[in-house]
Amino acid sequence: MAKQMPKRNLEKVGLSVTGACVALVTLVVVALIFMVAQRGISTFIKDGVNIAEFFFGTEWNLAVTNEATGLPYTGALPLIVTSFAVTILSTVIALPIAIGAAIYTVEIQPKFGQKVFQPLVELLTGIPSVVFGLIGFHVIVGAMRAIFNVDLGLGILPGSIVLACMILPTITTLSIDALRAVPQSYREGSLALGYTRWQTIWHVVLKSATPSLMTAVILGMTRAFGETLAVRMVIGGVEVMPTGLLESASTITTTLTTSMAVYATGSVQNDVLWSLGLILMGMSLIFIMIIHIIGAKGAKQRG
Amino acid sequence: MGNSQTTAAQEARIARSMRNDRIATGVLTAIVALVMAIVVSMVLYILAQGVGQLFQPGFLTEASRSNGTEGGIAYQLFDSFYLLILTLIISLPISLGGAVFLVEYAPEGPITKIASTAIETLSSLPSIVVGMFGFLMFSVNFGWGYSLISGAIALTMFNIPILTRVIQQALEDVPSSQRDACLAMGLTRWETTLHVLIPAAMPAIVTGVVLSAGRVFGEAAALLFTSGMSSPARLNFLSLNFASPTCAWNIFRPGESLAVHIYKIYGEGSPEAQHIVWGTAALLMICVLLFNVLSRIAGKALARRMTAE
Repeated sequence: MAKQMPKRNLEKVGLSVTGACVALVTLVVVALIFMVAQRGISTFIKDGVNIAEFFFGTEWNLAVTNEATGLPYTGALPLIVTSFAVTILSTVIALPIAIGAAIYTVEIQPKFGQKVFQPLVELLTGIPSVVFGLIGFHVIVGAMRAIFNVDLGLGILPGSIVLACMILPTITTLSIDALRAVPQSYREGSLALGYTRWQTIWHVVLKSATPSLMTAVILGMTRAFGETLAVRMVIGGVEVMPTGLLESASTITTTLTTSMAVYATGSVQNDVLWSLGLILMGMSLIFIMIIHIIGAKGAKQRG
Repeated sequence: MGNSQTTAAQEARIARSMRNDRIATGVLTAIVALVMAIVVSMVLYILAQGVGQLFQPGFLTEASRSNGTEGGIAYQLFDSFYLLILTLIISLPISLGGAVFLVEYAPEGPITKIASTAIETLSSLPSIVVGMFGFLMFSVNFGWGYSLISGAIALTMFNIPILTRVIQQALEDVPSSQRDACLAMGLTRWETTLHVLIPAAMPAIVTGVVLSAGRVFGEAAALLFTSGMSSPARLNFLSLNFASPTCAWNIFRPGESLAVHIYKIYGEGSPEAQHIVWGTAALLMICVLLFNVLSRIAGKALARRMTAE
């Protein structure tokens, strides 16, 4: 008989090979979190940048040294404000459209929705972000110039419109799943009581799907907050406190794109950029936590 | 009297409800029409702007000149596919192993919880943060500089959560009766997984992998600091000297994907550069569309072959 590994050993091999894969991924994630945190925090410990100054200072200029402190200008508030502004504005634009489209797909024309609309929206997910940026740069920025009669047309508003298009498929697809998960009996009960279709949707379907819809929105916001190149191409890239929706500005991610390769690892400027990276990472961890809290609450409500 | 009044009020209410219902339906239809118009016009716009450039002689076969503003995009195209293949070579086995572990070996428990949280975290991290980490870890600490392998590992980190979830889903969808039958016949979990579960889940896995390939193909932010923004002026595809910077297959040379190329030259004003940008965008779109179509066809064909046997 040919030599064959005993079954127990075979099982051990399988367990250790697959376990090693999981361990590797977990290790890399832990290393990433640790590394970003360590670099980001060293700005405040090693380089002596004031934390309050970093979060609430309004002047950002890494190339110029502040005479008073001997450090570059590292007030990140303009970047933080711009990041939140584009995230919230794009969500506000995308949300009604996404939920409306999801309602249509699930409640009004299920067949058309599943066969035609959903594949089309999923196509939007596949379009690379630079292509969104390119269209934004040529079409949306041009439209801004024509409509609002401004010189550049770059800024928070075109950035938010581009982002809204990018997060639209995420929110729509997840909302469709959320609405599909509402039991059919709820709808039948409501219709049997004499409610119209819209009343059923508004009072019954949307209400019972609310936790899942909120998860969809937060996942969309996560994507908007971290999106980089598409925003970079339409926002102008000037690191000042935004004063209007059509003034050139810069988000956390876009500043990282333009400055990261400029400053050598270990310099104050580089460390400050890692602190920005730490903010991004912290925000995505917070978004995950919110999703888990919503999920736990929803599970408790259902009992 | 009172009775007829309530009836009138009721009727008004019913009429209002019916009207609202019609308005809502109209608004929803308009929203869907708007979204479809946006998607279709976007795709058509890119193709209309760029397809002409694809047929320009030399665009697909020549190297770029003058920092990408003249010439073709042959090396960018090659680098994109090479990066994709490297990424899949690294990420597919890890994701497959990870998914098998999570589904077959440890479906519940603290280890699974920690690992799932780690994967979820990785999936929600902005790609620029992954790129920064890749830059520091592989380009600086490991001394690989701007290199294809750094880029491929950064893309791997971006790809693993997507792939793991797809494979997990595919394995979970295999009926548990198949699992039980194998175990009842005395097969180990490992044999069950290798010989029964993975083949059964193959159509869904292939669909997921090809779809994720489309996502990887268009990713740029994670590559800016890892594989770099410059393609060599000349690549030698016949060279087997893997240490040479002009050897096409050298994984330690810098490389530039199509998406990064678009980002690099989108702001160039010259008409030639603009033609190249739109041509590249159209090519990228066509590749992504092909991945999309291919994933559906491959999955369906595989499923048909397997069920016919």
